[in-house]
Amino acid sequence: MSWSVIVQSLPTFEKALWVTIWMSAVGIALAALVGLIVSLAEYFRVPVLRQVLTVYAEVARNTPLLLQLFFLYYAFPVLGWKMSATACGIVGLTFLGGAYMADGFTGGFEGVSKTQIESGKALGMSDWQLARYVVFPQGLALSVPAFAANVIFLIKETSIFSVVAIPELTNTALDLIGLYYRSNEYLLVLVLAYAVILIPVILFLDWLERRVRHGAFGN
Amino acid sequence: MATELMRVDHLDKYYGDWQALHNINFSIHEGEVIALVGPSGSGKSTLIRTLNGLEPYQKGTITFEGKKVTPDKVSWQKLRQEIGMVFQSYDLFPNLTVMGNILLGPTKVQKRDEGEVKAEAQKLLERFELADQADAYPRQLSGGQKQRIAIIRALVMHPKLMLFDEVTASLDPEMVRGVLNIMQELAKKDHMTMIIVTHELTFAAKVADQVLFLEDGRLRETTSAKQFFTNPQTDRAKEFLASMDY
Amino acid sequence: MAHSGINVLFAGHNFARLMGGLWTSVWIAALSILFGGILGILFGFLRTRSNRLVKLIFRLYLEFFRIVPTVVLLFLVYYILPRQFNVNWPGTWMAVLAFTLWVAAEYSDIVRGALESVPKHQIEAGEALGLNDRQLFWYVSLPQAFQLALPGTINLATRVIKTTSLLMLISVMDVINIGQQIIEANNNEHPTTVFWVYGLIFILYFIVDYPLSWWERRLRKNSKEVK
Repeated sequence: MSWSVIVQSLPTFEKALWVTIWMSAVGIALAALVGLIVSLAEYFRVPVLRQVLTVYAEVARNTPLLLQLFFLYYAFPVLGWKMSATACGIVGLTFLGGAYMADGFTGGFEGVSKTQIESGKALGMSDWQLARYVVFPQGLALSVPAFAANVIFLIKETSIFSVVAIPELTNTALDLIGLYYRSNEYLLVLVLAYAVILIPVILFLDWLERRVRHGAFGN
Repeated sequence: MATELMRVDHLDKYYGDWQALHNINFSIHEGEVIALVGPSGSGKSTLIRTLNGLEPYQKGTITFEGKKVTPDKVSWQKLRQEIGMVFQSYDLFPNLTVMGNILLGPTKVQKRDEGEVKAEAQKLLERFELADQADAYPRQLSGGQKQRIAIIRALVMHPKLMLFDEVTASLDPEMVRGVLNIMQELAKKDHMTMIIVTHELTFAAKVADQVLFLEDGRLRETTSAKQFFTNPQTDRAKEFLASMDY
Repeated sequence: MAHSGINVLFAGHNFARLMGGLWTSVWIAALSILFGGILGILFGFLRTRSNRLVKLIFRLYLEFFRIVPTVVLLFLVYYILPRQFNVNWPGTWMAVLAFTLWVAAEYSDIVRGALESVPKHQIEAGEALGLNDRQLFWYVSLPQAFQLALPGTINLATRVIKTTSLLMLISVMDVINIGQQIIEANNNEHPTTVFWVYGLIFILYFIVDYPLSWWERRLRKNSKEVK
């Protein structure tokens, strides 16, 4: 283990760290948006759209991200759709994550108790008012734990971006190992880099979970 | 004679093949209080939930203020603004304060002016000795307080009819009285039209004008409260009163 | 042209080779789930019983796997075993080792959660019947915990299967690696080969994974309705 090898690699890793962070952030934000749309279509039982999105979610959830990326990056150009590796990464993470996020939100909406819905109905609320004032505030609070798990999962999934040569953390470490054969040092930095991203994220999500549960349900 | 507010004719309800309610007929007039009593599983809750459109029915009609109710979603949504309901589980919205809970229906559903509703809510809270709790969250309240606020939440909608579905059944014994007192006051002072499902027979005898005795989904007896509690007509009712130690 | 691409799938031994690759992925997944499951049950059980130090060690073990992506895990084993410990296993066994350690970590948490969610009054009812600790575990805790842990177990299995797609990264001849070889050999002549090969592998993964996740969802729905 050589200290100087580690120190010399830090600037390269720092660049890669930011790539992992921004791509995670954008991918997760878009995945949450897609997930919300899918879960809303499910909640309001929008005909046709709901069936189409269910098929999408099943396909996305039951196939590996690596294959989704290969498809986007290598197979789609054959059909004339060409995207940069970065675009493929974002689209792939959104495609995969949207299905997971949808599952989490739907679980939250379905977790709102029947008596809460009935007391809303008893006040004469329309379907939309029921959703707006009863189901969404409580359901979104209930879906925070699933959301948190998905965020952590999706950040880790960005490591698979390395297969389409996006210069994120894992790809950068593998490149450096290939160049200089110092696997111990670079793998150590790689693990630490993920810790640097994920530990604050995990702590923040734990805090968020507690806060939201207290705000919404008081326990 | 006061005008008829709601009437139910030949109402049948099924869960799949199983018939839960058989040919229910009764009517309630303005200012009248009906107690719906009977053994557990007799269909009391099913019946009162049907009167608010929470349970569909397969046959018969419900008439409200002389107009036959069209049993579809939108008609019931409108009607529920006129028919308040309080449930057994004290289900205030946990993410809103007491005041938020009370304001939600009038301001969002009825689109009334928030200031005006707030003033009215404040008065009701004071009247029922809950003024200190306006800014509290449901989790900070006792079951009895929550249930009294659920009643206020229904009252600010200015309902013409109030439905109470076993509202004291999950309360600790020492909380029951406060809730019953409010209901009694509504009946006697405000002359609110009410249908009450309850196991508290002493209370029912005190406030009800009419008693509907339900068993196995059938109305076995429809009589004045005085008659029901002193001189029930059917053997079933006699057995029921005896089993309740009344 | 689209025709020629799809024909590549069935030319020569190509289809048989792809199936052979799929078999490699499947048995690696199966062994990892088996070994990891056994270790996970043991760890999970220890985490409900042991002293604080043991609990802390297992907790750190779990947190490590919570933070490190599986890709990185594979490379850790792939580089560290031969260079530090002079262990020169084939890639397949290194993958089994990496996946087993990962599954053990996640499964220990599922098992611990399930054991802890068995209602206390169930245990007390067993005690009242005079059951000893071992009998309590075998006849009361374990059967009920098994029910509670089943959806999580299936979910983990689906993830292990999907994660076998990473095997090609450490040069295991899995279905994707073989698919790439077929693409390289044919893509110049038949440019749509890439589409059909990846399409087939995509469908294969879906066929293996979808029934499992369908089963998981049904179990979760049922348990919700019972409540």
